Amino acid sequence: MLGMIGRRLIQLVFLLLGISFLVFMSMHLAPGDPASVIGGPNATASDLEAIRDSMGLDRPVLVQYFDYLGGILQGDFGYSYQTNQAVTEAILTRFPTTVKLAVASMVVAVVIGIVAGIIAARKQNSWADVTSTTFSLVGVSIPNFWLGTILILIFSVNLQILPVGGLNSPFYTLDGMKELILPAITLGTASAALIARMTRSSMLEVIRSDYIRTAKAKGVRKRPLIWVHTLKNAMIPVLTIIGINFGSLLGGTIVTEQVFAINGIGRLMIDAIAARDFPIVQGTVLLVAGIFVVVNLIVDIVYTLIDPRISYD
Amino acid sequence: MSSAVAETKDGLKSEKKKQSRFVEVLKSLVKNKLSLIGLIIITMIVLVAVFSPFITSYGPYEQNLESTKLGVGSEGHFLGTDNYGRDMWSRIAHGAIISLVVGLSSVGIGLIGGIVLGLLAGYYRKLDNIIMRIVDLLFAFPGILLAMLIIAMLGTSLVNVVIAISIWSIPGCARIVRGSVLSIKNQEYIQAMRTVGASDLRILVKHVLPNCTAPLIVYGTMRMATAILSTSALSYLGLGAQPPTAEWGAMIAAGQDFMWDAPHISVIPGIAIMLTVFAFNVVGDGLRDALDPNMDVK
Repeated sequence: MLGMIGRRLIQLVFLLLGISFLVFMSMHLAPGDPASVIGGPNATASDLEAIRDSMGLDRPVLVQYFDYLGGILQGDFGYSYQTNQAVTEAILTRFPTTVKLAVASMVVAVVIGIVAGIIAARKQNSWADVTSTTFSLVGVSIPNFWLGTILILIFSVNLQILPVGGLNSPFYTLDGMKELILPAITLGTASAALIARMTRSSMLEVIRSDYIRTAKAKGVRKRPLIWVHTLKNAMIPVLTIIGINFGSLLGGTIVTEQVFAINGIGRLMIDAIAARDFPIVQGTVLLVAGIFVVVNLIVDIVYTLIDPRISYD
Repeated sequence: MSSAVAETKDGLKSEKKKQSRFVEVLKSLVKNKLSLIGLIIITMIVLVAVFSPFITSYGPYEQNLESTKLGVGSEGHFLGTDNYGRDMWSRIAHGAIISLVVGLSSVGIGLIGGIVLGLLAGYYRKLDNIIMRIVDLLFAFPGILLAMLIIAMLGTSLVNVVIAISIWSIPGCARIVRGSVLSIKNQEYIQAMRTVGASDLRILVKHVLPNCTAPLIVYGTMRMATAILSTSALSYLGLGAQPPTAEWGAMIAAGQDFMWDAPHISVIPGIAIMLTVFAFNVVGDGLRDALDPNMDVK
C-alpha cells in the first residue's frame, strides 16, 4: 500500500513537470510578441528590445522554462503583462471564491445525485424512478451556462428572491448562502445527474447480489438492508464518478463564474486569454490541472482503503 | 477463375453479414424508446441544417430594425426576432449547420488522430511508452481547460475551437484503440498474417482496426454531444464563434442583455443545444447497449 502511494507520488511529480512544460511551451509557441503586449501599441522598437532584454525573453526557450520552473518552486509564477501584479497574488485573492463554488456544487451534486439514485433503485420502474432517470439524462445535456441564465431569469429577475450574481459575502452568512444557491445548482446539476445514474445502477446490481438475498433471508429489515448492507458496496463505483467529476467541476467553474459574474480563477483565466496575458493563463491553467491530478491521486488511494479488493500493484 | 468466383462469393457473404449487423444494430436502437427519440431528433436537426435555405424566409444575418425583439408566435417570425430584428428560426437553423459541422469535423479529426496514435502505441512496443505518456499528460487536464489552453495559444475563432476539441478527443480514442490492439495482436490469425508476409500497415488497417469499430462508434457518438456542448460553451465565453455568427452559444451570450424584456433570444438557442446534446447522448447509450452491453467507453 505504502509502496503504491510512493510510486504514485513519484509519477505525480513527473506528471506535474510534464504539465508545466506543456503549458509553458504552448504559451511560448503562441503567435504574438509578449513584449508588444506589455509595451502597448505605442512602444518603439527600442522599447520592445528593452522589455525583451529585461524579461529575458531573448534567451533560449529551455533556459526560460527552467527559470520559470525555479520560480514556481519558490511560489513565483511571474507577473501579469497587463497589470504587473504578481500572478501568485492574483490567483490567491481569487482562489478561495472558486473553491467555495466548487465545494458547494459538489455538495449539491452528491446530495441530489445519491438521494435521487437511491430512490430510483429502491422502487425500480416507479414514477420516482422515471423522474430520476429523466433528470439524469436531461441533466447531462443541459448547457450549464444556459441553465444559470434560466435560473437567474426565474429566481432573480421574475421572483426576485435570489441575487443575480457575485459571490462576495462569507458563505456562513444568509446573504452568502443566498448568493451560492444558484451558482452551485448551475454547476452541480450535470454532476448530480451522473452520480444519480451511477448510484441507481450500482445499487440495483448490489441489491440483486447473493449476499443481500442471504441477508434478506436472515430477516434483516428493509431499512438497514438498503442503508447499511447495500449502500456501502454500491458506493465504490459512485466514488469513482464523484472523483472524476471533481475535475470537470473545476473546469465548469470557469463557465459558471462568467454567468454569475463571480471573480474567481475562471474569470481571471478567461480575461487573460482574451488579453493574451500569458503569465496569468499559465498560472491559472497550472493550478487547475495540478489540483485535478492531485485529486485523482487521492481518489485512487481512497478506493484501495474503502475496497481492499482493488489493487494498483 | 474458380478462385476469383470464390473470392466474389466470400465478398458478397461478408457484405451481407455487415449489412445484417447494421440492420441488427438499427433494430435494437429503434426498439429502445429513448434511442428512437434521439434518432428522430438527430434526423430532424440534420434535415433542418441541410434544408435551412429552403425552410427559412429570412437570412440568418438579415436585420430589420423595425421589428426587433418580437416574441415567439409573432406573424412571419414563429420563433420571434432578436434585438436586431433578425429572425430567430433562421438563426437557429443556421446554428444547426454550425453545430453539426463543428461537431463532425472535430470528432472526425480527433478520431483519426486517436486511431493513428492508438494503433502505433498498441502495435509497436517501443512507441507505446512515449505515446501513452503523452496521452496521460493530455488526460491530466479537465477537458474544457485543455481546449482553453489551445485556444489561448491559437487565438479565439471557431476553427481554433475545432482544433481544440479535436485534440481533446484524441486521448480517449487512443486508449480505446490501444486496448483493442493489445488484446488481439498476439492472436494466432494475426501471427499467421505476419508469417505469410503481410505488411504491418495491412495488418493494422484490415485486421486490427475493424475490431475497434464498435467502441469507436459509441465513443464518436458520445463525443459529438460533448463537442457540441463545448463549442457552445466556448462561444458563450467569447472564445469561439464571435457575434454576429449564428452559433447557439454565442446567441445565448448575446441575448443575455435582454433577459428582462426578450428572454426568448437566449432561451431558444439553449433548448436547441439541450435537445441536440440529449439526442447524441441517448443514441450513444443505445449504441453501446446494441453493440456490446459490457463495453465501457466513458
